[in-house]
Amino acid sequence: MFIGYFTERPYQDPNSGYFGATGRNLMDLGMSNSSYDPKLGADLYNRYLDEKIYAEEMGFDGLMLNEHHSTPFCMGGVMNLEAAILARITQRAKIVLLGNILPIWDDPLWLAEELAEIDMISRGRLVTGWVRGTGRESVAHNAAAPYNWERFQEAHDFIVDAWMRPGPFRWEGEHYHYRYVNPWARPYQEPHPPIWIPGVMSRNTVAWAARHRYPYLMLATELQPTVESFQYYDEVAEESGFTAGTEHRGYLFKVHVDETEELAEQAGRKYVQGPSNPFLEGNQGIVRPFIQNLPGLTQRNNLLPTMKSFAAAASRGRADQHLKNQQKNTPPPPPKDTYLDQTEKLSIISGTPDTVIPKVRHVLETIRPGTIFFWDGDGAMDHDDAMRSLRLMGEEVIPAVREIGEELGLKGPFEVDDVPGVNKPKEEPAKTEAEQAQIAAK
Amino acid sequence: MSPLAPSSSQRHKQLRSNCQRARQGARAVTSSCVATANAPVRARVQEPQSSYTAAHAKERLGGEANLPDTVSYAERELALATGRIKYLEQGSGAPVVILHHSWGSPGWLPFHERLAESHRVIAPDLPGWGGSERPAWAREPRDIAILVGRLLEGVDLDEVKLVGLGFGGYVAAELATMNPSRLGALTLVGAAGLKPDEGEIADQMMLSHRAYIEESFRDHDTYVRFLGDEEPPEEVRELWDFSREMTARVSWKPYMFNRRLAPLLPDIKLPTLLIWGEQDAIVPLVCARQFEAGIPGAKLEVVAGAGHVVEIEEPERTADLIAGFPG
Repeated sequence: MFIGYFTERPYQDPNSGYFGATGRNLMDLGMSNSSYDPKLGADLYNRYLDEKIYAEEMGFDGLMLNEHHSTPFCMGGVMNLEAAILARITQRAKIVLLGNILPIWDDPLWLAEELAEIDMISRGRLVTGWVRGTGRESVAHNAAAPYNWERFQEAHDFIVDAWMRPGPFRWEGEHYHYRYVNPWARPYQEPHPPIWIPGVMSRNTVAWAARHRYPYLMLATELQPTVESFQYYDEVAEESGFTAGTEHRGYLFKVHVDETEELAEQAGRKYVQGPSNPFLEGNQGIVRPFIQNLPGLTQRNNLLPTMKSFAAAASRGRADQHLKNQQKNTPPPPPKDTYLDQTEKLSIISGTPDTVIPKVRHVLETIRPGTIFFWDGDGAMDHDDAMRSLRLMGEEVIPAVREIGEELGLKGPFEVDDVPGVNKPKEEPAKTEAEQAQIAAK
Repeated sequence: MSPLAPSSSQRHKQLRSNCQRARQGARAVTSSCVATANAPVRARVQEPQSSYTAAHAKERLGGEANLPDTVSYAERELALATGRIKYLEQGSGAPVVILHHSWGSPGWLPFHERLAESHRVIAPDLPGWGGSERPAWAREPRDIAILVGRLLEGVDLDEVKLVGLGFGGYVAAELATMNPSRLGALTLVGAAGLKPDEGEIADQMMLSHRAYIEESFRDHDTYVRFLGDEEPPEEVRELWDFSREMTARVSWKPYMFNRRLAPLLPDIKLPTLLIWGEQDAIVPLVCARQFEAGIPGAKLEVVAGAGHVVEIEEPERTADLIAGFPG
């Protein structure tokens, strides 16, 4: 079992009036950065790096970073910089990037170079992950939404080639053009770092990941739809000629551990407060669906079962339709307490180790992932909240979860012989006798 | 209600129909026609698949729309090797070709009807919009303009009065700079295409569909008068969504202008009429002045009080200006 740690690194500013339980709601791409305080930013970046170091000390296998743009709920706009620092200041844990937003890169060669450097500095601890991004990212870096999927695929093909193909070579694609591909930085891991694909919704992406044999990670989706999405992955895997195992399944979910149940509830409630991702269920914030779901960004008819989740629907701007569909059957009463509502569905697990571990077991039994990430220290949680939880995770939760993983046969991606997410070098076609003679003559 | 303002439900019916055409347009078809560089464009003009009766047209436009009982327009399509182009046609006389806004053609409007009293009016769905097949390769409005040129050749139109509305004006201006051989006059109504010297062209990608279209009218009340105050039905939003995707495919960035257009304007020799709503909140009035300065002899008519969609708000005035130009 591979156990990782994640936080979105929210920009927390209790003085701005925008954040915290009593703050004003944030509107997506509706807030000027004139209220950004770089001194506060300095404290927060350093705090989150410190917490990552501690997470490694506490026994986490992976330190996960993510990337969003022009938004206070995630400070990882330049995630690769944080990764490069972690490469230097941590010793053992994998640095898991979930992920770089490929379509917004106009120059993916630069990304190939950056990732290779991170892999070298960390001496082969990089796990690279690639995403298509939300509408916010397409707007922020002005990448044409209708070509998002094309650019994702071409950038992927290009970077893998840049890592695996001896240079120099030329690349004349649809969206990317290079006359000289010969990066003077190659990944430490041969032939390249493992590639994992995170997501919530797109069937296209799941099928694509399965066809490439890349592990797929569901990001904080509800349990049953997650199971169905992995079933779809498994089906495509079978069609592609391999049987997917637990090493291909990853799951990110919210877990906070605390010293008492009271503290756990106090801190757990902070998940849905402050600048936590407003596009997740129950959080504070106002989504603008037309930005999240820009025309052409996703095919409207190509959605995973996870779309049954209101949260994912809202995040992609389909909340209205989702509500209408539900109302046709039995209209659900609006949750009075979004925190309690989410804890009941295990969208949030918060408690003492004694109460948390059985719930984590239930998640593992239901989804059977070989990789998990605990999403903690988010929303309005402060450094103390995060550190208490990390300590208890290290002391009690991680050892217990490892045993459960063992018992359930949940093998992580680095516990199998054939580490998934790594492309095989293309075999050169066999040389004809004439060609061999020609080479010999030379 | 104004005599020219159909009820919102009637307007939505019309938009719904366009939405169905949009879906049909998304289907792949094989074309029987081939165009080569050295041969004239050969094209097949189909006979109308359906011709709307006066009653039908009146229902769509609203009984109050002052349409004569004898009115009917044809829905036709031209099959090019690059895809099918659908268009509405009515009237006889000198040809007028009307290119719609970025949000797609809302159908046959009183504006078209008025022009068709004196002209042969052709209102295509631009390639990729509505019922016209998507040219998946197209990356900029100039590509769409090339296809509009093929349409004029395919239908064999000469001395065309080309009218472009908003984004359609951008396409029309591009065509006028590239290939004016079948054009007789150019009319740009609230046309995009130039970077405003002051201000910006309103960015639809940052607005909801409804908010953007509401911005196109002179004010909220006028929008409501035409399209109602309730949320447009799903089919209509789908049409707008479909149109916005195509708009994004060809004009995501730079948004709604081309720096290579302005340098080409001074060689346009067509009589050019610029019609602009004084209150245009989509393409600033300064762009009208820039077109006026760029195109020799261009004549500017600013319609007092009107918004971006002058042809919807002031159909008779707009149609009469075009019909009477160049005189």
